Amino acid sequence: MRADDILGAVGNTPLVGIQRLSPTPSVRLWAKLEGQNPTGSLKDRIAVSMIEDAERSGELTPDRTILEPTSGNTGIALALVARRKGYRMLAVLPDNASEERLRLLELYGAEIVPSPGEKGTNGAIEVARRLAQDPRYFMPFQYGNPANPRAHYDGTGAEIVRDLPEVTHFVAGLGTGGTLTGAGRRLKEHRPDIAVVAAEPELGELVYGLRSLDEGFIPPILDESVLDRKFLVSSEDALRATRELAEREGIFAGISSGAVLHAARRVVADVDRADVVCLLADGGWKYLSTEAWAGDLERAAKKVGETLWW
Amino acid sequence: MPVRVKVPTILRAHTDGEGQVDGEGATVREVLDDLEGRYPGIRARLVTDDGALHRFVNVYVNDEDVRYLGSLETEVSDGDVVSILPAVAGG
Repeated sequence: MRADDILGAVGNTPLVGIQRLSPTPSVRLWAKLEGQNPTGSLKDRIAVSMIEDAERSGELTPDRTILEPTSGNTGIALALVARRKGYRMLAVLPDNASEERLRLLELYGAEIVPSPGEKGTNGAIEVARRLAQDPRYFMPFQYGNPANPRAHYDGTGAEIVRDLPEVTHFVAGLGTGGTLTGAGRRLKEHRPDIAVVAAEPELGELVYGLRSLDEGFIPPILDESVLDRKFLVSSEDALRATRELAEREGIFAGISSGAVLHAARRVVADVDRADVVCLLADGGWKYLSTEAWAGDLERAAKKVGETLWW
Repeated sequence: MPVRVKVPTILRAHTDGEGQVDGEGATVREVLDDLEGRYPGIRARLVTDDGALHRFVNVYVNDEDVRYLGSLETEVSDGDVVSILPAVAGG
């Protein structure tokens, strides 16, 4: 594959069989390796899509600074796009985000504004919204930007249709809802009876703790009508599956990928035949400090539960 | 039929600080009605005046979100765990 620059290398990720993790031979499991994107996550797709969309509309001009609330991956992807295109970039990040995420943001030249970790991504959104009132900032706002699901409709979803036309299930993590909404729509146009399945992390009690039920946040771009089922996956189940990916398939993926695999196997437990695409959102590099692959599972799960991994 | 209900921190003022309580009922709605009997005020935090699940609340029977099952009419059976969690975003 040849590209004019690094942004041209975003997307077109491999779809590889992970049959050793399937419960039965007639259920075929496939992993779409989003960790193969330039910054190591699927967020490169939406970063390019949102920034180029704003350039076309004239909303993003060279004098403005890109500002985004993020638990990490989107900020890192936007920082790469900002650097490559010459914009300044400010990432609002919960202060319990993993060390690797901070280093990567710095490496791509982003400035970091910390938000209270116990308020999770919702807290980062609050802080970013306040800052964004200053017109010097341009906030792509992945949670509400139609260029987010569009990147997955045009890219992720179309690539799956091309590579696996017989797909029966699509399983992905629920963060902004962009992947499930965009790729899910594309896949349902291809095959209306496809099952679109969301995996959601069960976070540490602290992360839920201070959240009022009245100030919850549902991303505006999430189209719940595209979803068929949604599973809550514990840190322990997610970690166990993340380790299995590495041990049995040689796939070094992030912890949300384990959650996706866990949900996928849950869905096909009572199915005879299926072709299941598991969207593995990122590679494992950013989670090495969590001990995700080392030592006692229960202890590692506790540590992961306290850190933002979604 | 008794089911175990996991109560988020934010609602524990209603349950005398308990993080897990037992409930009775054949559906999620019946279980919440049962809780309301012992922990007055808890139902209104979860269910709107029209009888629908509050938008920012997610309820799971075991590990599956009831919005994509039968919502509040989702059936529960002996030994099931009903988890209540505030909606959170990622990304």
